[in-house]
Amino acid sequence: MDKTVTCIGCPLGCAVTVTFSQDGTISKITGNTCKRGEDYARKEVTNPARVVTSIVRVKGGDISMLSVKTASDIPKDKIFDCMEKLRSITVEAPVHIGDVILKDVCSTGIDVIATKEIVVK
Amino acid sequence: MDNYKIVVIGGGPAGLAAALSAKRAGVDEILIVERDCRLGGILNQCIHNGFGLHTFKEELTGPEYAQRFINQVKEEKIEYWLNTMTIDISEDKVVTTINSREGLRHIKAEAIVLAMGCRERPRGALNIPGYRPAGIYNAGTAQRLVNIEGYMPGREVVILGSGDIGLIMARRMTLEGAKVKVVAEIMPHSGGLKRNIVQCLDDYGIPLKLSHTVVDIKGRERVEAVTIAEVDEKLKPIPGTEETYTCDTLLLSVGLIPENELSEKIQVKLDEKTNGPEVNESFETSKEGVFACGNVLHVHDLVDFVSQEAETAGSCAAEYVKQKADKKEKEEMIILTAGEGITYTVPKYIRIERMKDTLKVRFRVRQIYKEGTIGVYADGEKIASRKKRIFAPGEMEEVILKKKDLVKGNGVSQIKIQMEGE
Amino acid sequence: MYDLVIIGAGVTGCCIAREISRYKINACVIEKGDDVASGTSKANTGVIHTGLEADPGSLMAKLCVRGNELMYEWAKELDFPAEKNGKLIVCTHEDDLPLLDKQLENAIANGVPDCEILDREEVLRREPNLTERTVAALWAPTGGIVCPFNVAVAAGENACVNGVEFRFETEADSIEKTEYGYLIHTNKGDIETKAIANAAGLYADKFHNMVSENKIHITARKGEYIFFDKSIGTVFNTTVVPLPGKMGKGIAASYTINGNFFIGPTATDVEDKEELNTTEPILEKLKAMALSNQHLTKNPLPLNKVITSFAGARAHEDHHEFIVEELSDAPYFFDAAGIESPGLTSSPAIGEMLSGIIADKMKLQKKENFIAKRKGFVKFDALSDEEKEKLIKENPLYGNIVCRCEMVTEAQIVDAINRPIKATSLDAVKRRVRAGMGRCQGGFCTPKTMEIISRELGIDMTEVTKKGGKSKLLTGRVKE
Repeated sequence: MDKTVTCIGCPLGCAVTVTFSQDGTISKITGNTCKRGEDYARKEVTNPARVVTSIVRVKGGDISMLSVKTASDIPKDKIFDCMEKLRSITVEAPVHIGDVILKDVCSTGIDVIATKEIVVK
Repeated sequence: MDNYKIVVIGGGPAGLAAALSAKRAGVDEILIVERDCRLGGILNQCIHNGFGLHTFKEELTGPEYAQRFINQVKEEKIEYWLNTMTIDISEDKVVTTINSREGLRHIKAEAIVLAMGCRERPRGALNIPGYRPAGIYNAGTAQRLVNIEGYMPGREVVILGSGDIGLIMARRMTLEGAKVKVVAEIMPHSGGLKRNIVQCLDDYGIPLKLSHTVVDIKGRERVEAVTIAEVDEKLKPIPGTEETYTCDTLLLSVGLIPENELSEKIQVKLDEKTNGPEVNESFETSKEGVFACGNVLHVHDLVDFVSQEAETAGSCAAEYVKQKADKKEKEEMIILTAGEGITYTVPKYIRIERMKDTLKVRFRVRQIYKEGTIGVYADGEKIASRKKRIFAPGEMEEVILKKKDLVKGNGVSQIKIQMEGE
Repeated sequence: MYDLVIIGAGVTGCCIAREISRYKINACVIEKGDDVASGTSKANTGVIHTGLEADPGSLMAKLCVRGNELMYEWAKELDFPAEKNGKLIVCTHEDDLPLLDKQLENAIANGVPDCEILDREEVLRREPNLTERTVAALWAPTGGIVCPFNVAVAAGENACVNGVEFRFETEADSIEKTEYGYLIHTNKGDIETKAIANAAGLYADKFHNMVSENKIHITARKGEYIFFDKSIGTVFNTTVVPLPGKMGKGIAASYTINGNFFIGPTATDVEDKEELNTTEPILEKLKAMALSNQHLTKNPLPLNKVITSFAGARAHEDHHEFIVEELSDAPYFFDAAGIESPGLTSSPAIGEMLSGIIADKMKLQKKENFIAKRKGFVKFDALSDEEKEKLIKENPLYGNIVCRCEMVTEAQIVDAINRPIKATSLDAVKRRVRAGMGRCQGGFCTPKTMEIISRELGIDMTEVTKKGGKSKLLTGRVKE
């Protein structure tokens, strides 16, 4: 089985094809023009993950929306679940960068944390 | 009249970095004037990650990146005024500001750093035909509405322009429940980073149509549909290729323009290509003691480069303030020219006496070049070259000039940077 | 039951309202848009015409010449900017010189003062940026420029403080003759009135034809414009138009009272009266004009300084004549129909004339307490530093600049929203105080202006519109 991904390493955007053997291990990586492309493709086909950034409501602060992110990347297929979990959250000011807003989002073991300083109005 | 050594206009990434480096170079009386209610500029609404890889060797979101500089500005006790707009700069470096608490204030500065950033090119500038309903937003305006105000500007979206803000907003709107139907790009290549194309469009199955533009906007009250068509080599729509998408929103991400209205008030000479001031090796404009950095100078792709550039501009402003007395009457200048395949260079002039051992020259290429080489010529003689697998107009390029290459013989009078062969 | 319902709050309707408010009358203006000047009046060159182009003896000639005089008087009385910068009608072909002479004859016949033909040298001395192809020009010193929104808003507000009611987003569907006068069926219910003044612009024929057997026909003549940033300057020192052709006054290359150079309007007759879209071929044509010296300018204009393009419509009546009268077969129904260019200039005179006719017919008494004056909008960026300081001390909101391009303060926006006729949408605010009218076209100030509208009107942000009706700017909150 083959999987093709577009490398994000540089503007070339190589289409890198990863071939899997019967037992599910990677047998071949082609289409890349540098080592970075190979590494990227390997990670992208086995464990695609993204940092999710969004906003949540904040009460009593100098601004009304708080920007947040997952503390590290979470599996790509959990992105929308993660967004759904953030929908109903409202936090109280003050907030500091790094404050945990939601622990262990979608059982990923990763917290959602604040990315903005908000002072009490 | 207030007196400051250096007034920095704008408290975004450029202004913050310039003020910090000026302060660290030993100038104490520095003032940052910021129109918004907090420092950080446009980074406050860029809540996505990917900032700071060069500066901090980690991936930060925009607000986090800004906060690192804001914290330093506070530690260094640099004065800043918020909610304050600079409305005028006079020939003798008197800056006029306005706010609701103190009304007008006039500040006499010894040096000024222009760091006002840029603005988005509006629909009107593109002459897109059609109606003028609600629902047409610049991508940055939409970004502010979503990320700062917490409102959705629309539910079904077409995006014109594949600049990074457009790509980022495609993902942002999708994550918040909107349907982004297509991103149309008039050029045969995207102006955005490959990473953004993959992670903002491909991840969500949003089609990117290169060599396409908007040819009609329907809807008299709110946008109801947008028609796009393919364009030919002259960027003219090809009849018969029209496709209509029903949608309630059109986002425009069609270019940024340095915001130089204040610069023009003191007749700072602007470069036709960048729309920003022409500067020398010290980031000093055609007006002595007036410096420029960041997106007001030329539009950058990465904020890290803004910070680097602003740091240099800030330290040069500090040097200017400290050494003003021994300034030479007339200095020899080396002129940098953008040759074949190059759009512009920053800086445009070099005063060899003022140049440090090395100087970073930034520029953009005109189109995509694969396996290209950048050649640097001093009065016709090649002094440096740089090969890359690919050069793209969306990415800022740089070469480093060495002073020793420029002082041979009677000195160099012209440097040309050009693209050579595929 | 009203004594009079004026249909349409364009410049014409507002001027009629202002003039009729001199009398003791229970009058109302109904308007389908959310604001004054939201139809034909809004896309206009803003030129104060002299009346020299109209056919001698026509009502158009008479009202334009009178309107020209009144416009400058009203500008003082109602405190809106108007500038008598004069007008040059430029001839670029030797063969057309007789037409220029004809224009001068017209001018004299119409009583337009002080017109003269200038030779090439003199024209180019006065206007060095005019095309080299200039042969001669007719100079009309009474020409001027004014902001069409300002005229409508000023007249409307003044009518309002003198007791005329304004009902917006109220669209007349049909009119029925009744025992006492007329019954107007609208989307907001029925309205009874003794008399009607028909100032419905493009739709004046529709209402006229509902009550009269003598049918009229109005065509929407679309005009497209491109506007340049103020930074390119006004190019000319006066209003410059080419010698007219048969589709109207020709495409001007001139500047507005706010200092924006523009090229337009073109002229295309359209079937659908709401077809106010700009079109690719016309925009290309205007751009080509800007780039070549084949139009009126000597040098190409920088296309990268175009900030907007838009289209408007003129209400062209088949006979190209104003109809300002009581209908012979429909008593108490008064027309102000076929008001196309020079309609803006003529509007004060149309108001004066029609309200005179109405007052005679209805035997109206003059009010003793008519308020003739109005305080205009503060133009903050035009004030001296001392004046600015003083205003900020009185009202700190003058210290908050909302629109950077046009330097519009929060106080001005708050004022626009709280006037006798409230600005309730983004475009209504923009028309009054120019927030969003500049080079960034609202990119920066839109969110803040929306917030101010929402706060001042006590409505949710998601209810704020661009121009009333279904033109909501937001579709909801994030994470609803």
